[in-house]
Amino acid sequence: MATPLVVSEVSKSFTMHLRDGIRLPVVADVSFSVASGECVVLGGPSGIGKSSLLKMIYGNYAVDTGQILVKHEDRIVDLASADPRTILDVRRATLGYVSQFLRTVPRVAALDVVAEPLLARGENAASARKRAADLLAKLNLPRELWQLPPATFSGGEQQRVNIARGFITDHAILLLDEPTASLDAINRRVVIGMIEEKKERGVALLGIFHDEEVRDAVGDRILDVSKFSPRKAAA
Amino acid sequence: MSELATYNFAYLDEQTKRMIRRAILKAIAIPGYQVPFASREMPMPYGWGTGGVQITAAIIGPKDVLKVIDQGADDTTNAVSIRAFFQKVANVAVTTHTADATIIQTRHRIPEAKLKENQVLVYQVPIPEPLRFLEPRETETRKMHALEEYGLMHVKLYEDIARNGRIATTYAYPVKVAGRYVMDPSPTPKFDNPKMHLSDALQLFGAGREKRIYAVPPYTEVVSLDFEDHPFEVQRFDKPCALCGAEEVYLDEVILDDKGGRMFVCSDTDHCEDRRAHGHVGAMLATEAAE
Amino acid sequence: MSTTPLLKVKDISKFYGGRTGCRDVSFELWPGEVLAIVGESGSGKTTLLNCISTRLLPTTGSVEYHMRDGVYRDLFRMNEAERRFLMRTDWGFVHQNPADGLRMTVSAGANVGERLMAVGNRHYGNIRETAIDWLGRVEIDADRVDDQPRAFSGGMRQRLQIARNLVTGPRLVFMDEPTGGLDVSVQARLLDLVRGLVHDLGLSAIIVTHDLAVARLLSHRMMVMKDGQVIEQGLTDRVLDDPREPYTQLLVSSILQV
Repeated sequence: MATPLVVSEVSKSFTMHLRDGIRLPVVADVSFSVASGECVVLGGPSGIGKSSLLKMIYGNYAVDTGQILVKHEDRIVDLASADPRTILDVRRATLGYVSQFLRTVPRVAALDVVAEPLLARGENAASARKRAADLLAKLNLPRELWQLPPATFSGGEQQRVNIARGFITDHAILLLDEPTASLDAINRRVVIGMIEEKKERGVALLGIFHDEEVRDAVGDRILDVSKFSPRKAAA
Repeated sequence: MSELATYNFAYLDEQTKRMIRRAILKAIAIPGYQVPFASREMPMPYGWGTGGVQITAAIIGPKDVLKVIDQGADDTTNAVSIRAFFQKVANVAVTTHTADATIIQTRHRIPEAKLKENQVLVYQVPIPEPLRFLEPRETETRKMHALEEYGLMHVKLYEDIARNGRIATTYAYPVKVAGRYVMDPSPTPKFDNPKMHLSDALQLFGAGREKRIYAVPPYTEVVSLDFEDHPFEVQRFDKPCALCGAEEVYLDEVILDDKGGRMFVCSDTDHCEDRRAHGHVGAMLATEAAE
Repeated sequence: MSTTPLLKVKDISKFYGGRTGCRDVSFELWPGEVLAIVGESGSGKTTLLNCISTRLLPTTGSVEYHMRDGVYRDLFRMNEAERRFLMRTDWGFVHQNPADGLRMTVSAGANVGERLMAVGNRHYGNIRETAIDWLGRVEIDADRVDDQPRAFSGGMRQRLQIARNLVTGPRLVFMDEPTGGLDVSVQARLLDLVRGLVHDLGLSAIIVTHDLAVARLLSHRMMVMKDGQVIEQGLTDRVLDDPREPYTQLLVSSILQV
C-alpha cells in the first residue's frame, strides 16, 4: 500500500495528578501521512512534542482523541484504540522504533539485543545472530563489544546497538528519534546509507533529526510540529 | 481370697470387638486403605503390638488355634508374652506349627510355609503411613491416597538410587495393593513381599498407637514399587541355613562368640525345626555330628 | 496470533467479612502473554493471584481455563483431583520463598523429577537425565543434582523452583514476587532466565510484583492494583511511560533512579 501510516486528528495532553491535576497539552489535531519509500522529518523547536508524537504512534503514549492508522498484514489497525496484544503484534511485524536512548537489560549481550526482533518473528538463532553481526560490523561497533551487555557502553556505542536493532527487520514503517545524535561523521554516513536502503525498499520512515547533514540527506519533506502545538495556538 | 475380676473373652468388651470388626470389614472392602479405628488401652505399652493384639482379640474364637511369632521366632519375649496373654484371656489352643494355626500374629516377618485358605495373618504395624517420612502432614497424605497421587513414593525410591546406586530400602518396602492403594507392609524384610501377592490367606494389619487398620484380602495383587530400569529384587543369601540347610528362606545372623564367629540360620524357627525333623541337616549340625 | 484466550477471569471478588481482598477483577490472558499485577503491600495482588490460581476460593466470579483438549473449563467447578492434576502438569506456581515450593530434604534431581514421577514416569535413568537437563537450563551445575536445596543459596533455590515447575511443560505459570529478597545481581540473573524461558517455551505467565522494573522487563501487559481494585491496566510500557491514574503516576514517580 502506498501510505502505510496515516495519523488523523490526534490530540494529547498530560494530566499531572501529582501537581494538583495540572493539564499540559502536548499536541492538538495532528493529521498527516507517510508514504512508502518516503522519509518525513518532524521539525520544530525542542519540547514541541516531536518525541511524544513518535511515542504515540508507537503506542508507548496514549492519545486522547484521533486515530493512528497502520497497514498491518492484510488489514488496517488503529493503534490509538487497539488492545495491547494487537499493538505488540504490530510492533513485531510492521512498526519499528529507534528510541533516543537504549534501554539496557542486564546480562543480554549486544549481539542478542540486536538479534531479538528477528527471534521474535520466529527466525532461528544462528541466522538472526549472523544478521546482527553484519549490522554491527557495518556500524563499526568494535567486535570485542558484541558479546558484552551494552550497559557500560558509551552513548555512541549504545546508539549504534539501538539502530542495528531497529533496522534489522524488514518492518514497513520505521520511527526514528534522533538516531545519529551521538555518532561521529563516519557512522552518521553509515546510518544515512542504511536509511536510504530502507527507502529504496519502500519502507515509510518518520524521524526526528537535529543533525542538518542527515536531515538534508534523507528527508523528503519536513512536517513542522509547531503547527499542531496547542500552546502556540493559545498565544 | 477375693475373687479376681474375670475378663471378657479375649479381653476386649463386645462393643469394642464390633467396632474393630467393622473397621476390619471396611479394610477388606478397600484393600490397602488405612481405616481409622478407636484403638483401646491394652495391657501392654504402645510399640509392643497393641494393634495386632486388638485385631486378634476381635476375630479370635474358642475353636481357633493361635501362633505368635516375633521376627520369625516363637520363643522371643514379644511372642511368648502375647501367646500367654491370649491363653489367659481366651483360653485358646496355641501352637508353634504354622500349618496347624488358624490365626498367626506376627511381628515383622511372614512365615516361610505357604499359608492356606483358612488362615489369617495378623501383622503388627508401627507406622502405617508409607509416605509419612516424606510428607509429615496427615492432611496431605490422606489427600494423596484419596487422589492416588503417589509420585512422592517414587521420589523416595529415586533418592535411594541416587544415594546408593540401587534401591536401598530393605524392609517396609512399599507395595501397591489391587492396583490402587500404596501400602506399607510393616517392617517385614522386602524378601517377604512376594509372599503377600495372591496369598490364599487373609492378611490384616493393625497399628495401635497410630489407630489404623488395613487389610489385604486373599488372592489380591500386591506389587512392590520400582523403576523400569531398577526392578524390584529380593535379597539373596550366600549360604543356606546352617542348621537345616534350607535355601530360598530368610536367614538371621547369629553371633556365636566374641571372635567374630557367626552363623546364618532360618529366621522362621518353626520352619527350621520342621525341616530338621524331616532329616535335613545344615552345615553347622553336620560338623557337630562329625565331631 | 492465537484467537482463543488461555484464561478468562470474570468479576473475581474476595471478601473477608467486611474487608475487601480484591474486587471485580476481569481480564483475559492469551498464550505466550505475560501479565504483571503490580501494587503495593495490601493492594490485593497476592489475593488475586491466589484466587485465579485456585489456591483461594473467591467470593464471586469465575475463572475459565482453555484445556489442552480445547475445552473451556470453569476451574471452580472442577473436582479437586482434576485441579490438582492441572496444577501439577499444565500449570506452575513459583513462590516468593523458594522453600515453600520445594522439598528441602530431597535432592535437587528428585525435586525436578517429582512431577514426572507423579504423572507416571517409571524410568529412573530418563527421569534423572531430564532433571539434569533442566538444572542446566536454569544454570545449576549438573554435579549438584544429588544435593539437597538446603545447601543451596537463595538464588539457586529459586532457579530450582522454576525448573521443578517447568519440567512438565506447563502452559501457564503463576509467580508471586519471584525476585523478592534476592540480591540485585542474583535478581538480574533470575529475570534474564525467566525472560528467556518464557520466550523459548511460549509460556503465559501472571507475575505479581511490587517492583516496576521487573514488570517492565518481563511483562507485555500490566495491571495496577490499589485497595483491592484494578485502577489501571494496559500495555506495560504505556502504563509505565504514560500513566494516567493518580496512583499510577505516584508509583512510577516514586522509583529511585540509580
